[in-house]
Amino acid sequence: MKKSNEELKTIATQIRRDILNMVCTAKSGHPGGSMSSTDILTALYFNEMNHNPATWTRDGKGQDMFILSAGHMTPVYYSVLARSGYFPVSELASFRQMGSRLQGHPSVRKNLPGVFQASGSLGQGLSAACGLALGKKMDKDPGLVFCLCGDGESEEGQIWEAGMFAVFHKLDNLIAMTDWNGKQIDGPTEEVSGIGDLSAKWEAWGWRVIVADAHDFDSIGKAYELAKAGKGSGLPTMILWKSEMGHGVDFMAGTHKWHGSVPKPEQLEEALRQLGETPLGDIQ
Amino acid sequence: MKKYIDTGKKDTRSGFGEGLLKAGEANPNVVALTADLKGSLKMDAFAAKFPERFVQCGIAESNMVGAAAGLAITGKIPFIGSFAEFVTGRVYDQIRQEVAYGQTNVKIASSHAGITLGEDGATHQTMEDLALMRALPGMVVLNPCDYNQTVQATLAAAAYNGPVYLRFGRPSVPNFTPADQPFVIGKAIVLNEGKHVTLIATGHTVWESLLAAEALEAEGIEADVLDIATIKPLDEETILASVKKTGAVVVAEEHNMAGGLGEAVAGLLAREFPAPVVFVNGQDKFGQSGTPSALMAAYGLDAQHIAEAARKAVARK
Repeated sequence: MKKSNEELKTIATQIRRDILNMVCTAKSGHPGGSMSSTDILTALYFNEMNHNPATWTRDGKGQDMFILSAGHMTPVYYSVLARSGYFPVSELASFRQMGSRLQGHPSVRKNLPGVFQASGSLGQGLSAACGLALGKKMDKDPGLVFCLCGDGESEEGQIWEAGMFAVFHKLDNLIAMTDWNGKQIDGPTEEVSGIGDLSAKWEAWGWRVIVADAHDFDSIGKAYELAKAGKGSGLPTMILWKSEMGHGVDFMAGTHKWHGSVPKPEQLEEALRQLGETPLGDIQ
Repeated sequence: MKKYIDTGKKDTRSGFGEGLLKAGEANPNVVALTADLKGSLKMDAFAAKFPERFVQCGIAESNMVGAAAGLAITGKIPFIGSFAEFVTGRVYDQIRQEVAYGQTNVKIASSHAGITLGEDGATHQTMEDLALMRALPGMVVLNPCDYNQTVQATLAAAAYNGPVYLRFGRPSVPNFTPADQPFVIGKAIVLNEGKHVTLIATGHTVWESLLAAEALEAEGIEADVLDIATIKPLDEETILASVKKTGAVVVAEEHNMAGGLGEAVAGLLAREFPAPVVFVNGQDKFGQSGTPSALMAAYGLDAQHIAEAARKAVARK
């Protein structure tokens, strides 16, 4: 049964708490993009994807698959995976520690359930997702493939190679997404490179394009519904999520400065106070 | 010395084409991808027979590597094919992340390798690919020497579970290994046995080394000739057994010194059994336009240079 918006909000709040606790324990990591994509990934794993953590295998047969192309967003990724049942929530405390399955960027070498492919060198995950989608088509597997890219990541040429490939091979089982928060590590995207109008660009590439609010669960649910309706159209779908880096904590929101920075202890305390506690409980 | 008969010159890339077709017939999971070089890679027969398993990627090698990794995750056995430079140097990071670190069962079919690519010149003549691929943890690196061996190496690559770099070339060269000789990954092939010097060769320099061994025999120098069709993992046992017998070594390869077979062998000998080694390779240079045979001679990679290197190695004992 689908979760209500209220239930999703509670989970997303807990995931934002996890993100902050994880990066503060590890004293490293990327909270900004993790917090801008928290709501969309919460909805994806708790309401939208057809997946079963209990029967997960790397080949993803018969299930929907997800690739985190923006591999630095591991805090949100790992928290969503743990909270949806792929591994114990307590393991989130090992993030970025020596020997941990929760590597700084996703690894397939630690047998961490839920992770289909290594990522982190930007621009590559969408190509891998294209391969997954093509493999599913060859096998007549009804599963969908989701992939999340950063907006700064769109500066990589390979993203556009994959964009052309997906249209040419009619990958209508592929739903790519861009976390369009307008920020990257060196500053606002329009001051670093000028990625411009992503919507016009993906439309010109021949994709179905959906632009949606990334922090409103009504908008998120509708966007996923519309995206999934693309199956059978012969076209891949791109959801451009209009989001806010660091969303949920006032002093972290809307600035590139929290892309890869860790709050100080007093900032963590204040951030957790703003988010509020949930019945789900923090990482022990 | 043992006689080898050239049954007719053929290009090793056509051996790949035949091997790919056979691998595709044997296993429905084998798929092939190319970046607008289907004809050059001799993938036409596979593409005609299995159109639904052939994936044209256009001139976009980076995406091809990632797409192949994705296909491998779903259980396919993808062969990606392009010129050696464009499936190594151009996409080194993609191979490192998606294939090697990502542990995907992708086979990198690398054609037109080395200086014998010929007339297109240095932009297309990679002499650095072995160094790049050897450096990747877990990557198997194959460099067969003739048509027949390339057919078998392709089948072995398809049967092996894990990333493989399969290097072959453009020019027609003598075809002399048995058509039915199974390819064993990690095993060197002893083509000739002698007691004075060990000639260690790979790819196109194997035939040149056999010619050199013939010339040396006439001078009373008897050579072991080792065909190193697998550069990684290196068959250390066979190499050490030979060098312990001969005490002098030549390593010949169509590749630059840095990171090539020569350094792999030198590293082994430094660790286990120091012996004089003379290197026959592209040194530290880029190539240029020319015919394959003229380039092999000009860059010191042919039989004459290998024989001269052997004389030097023997003199240093």
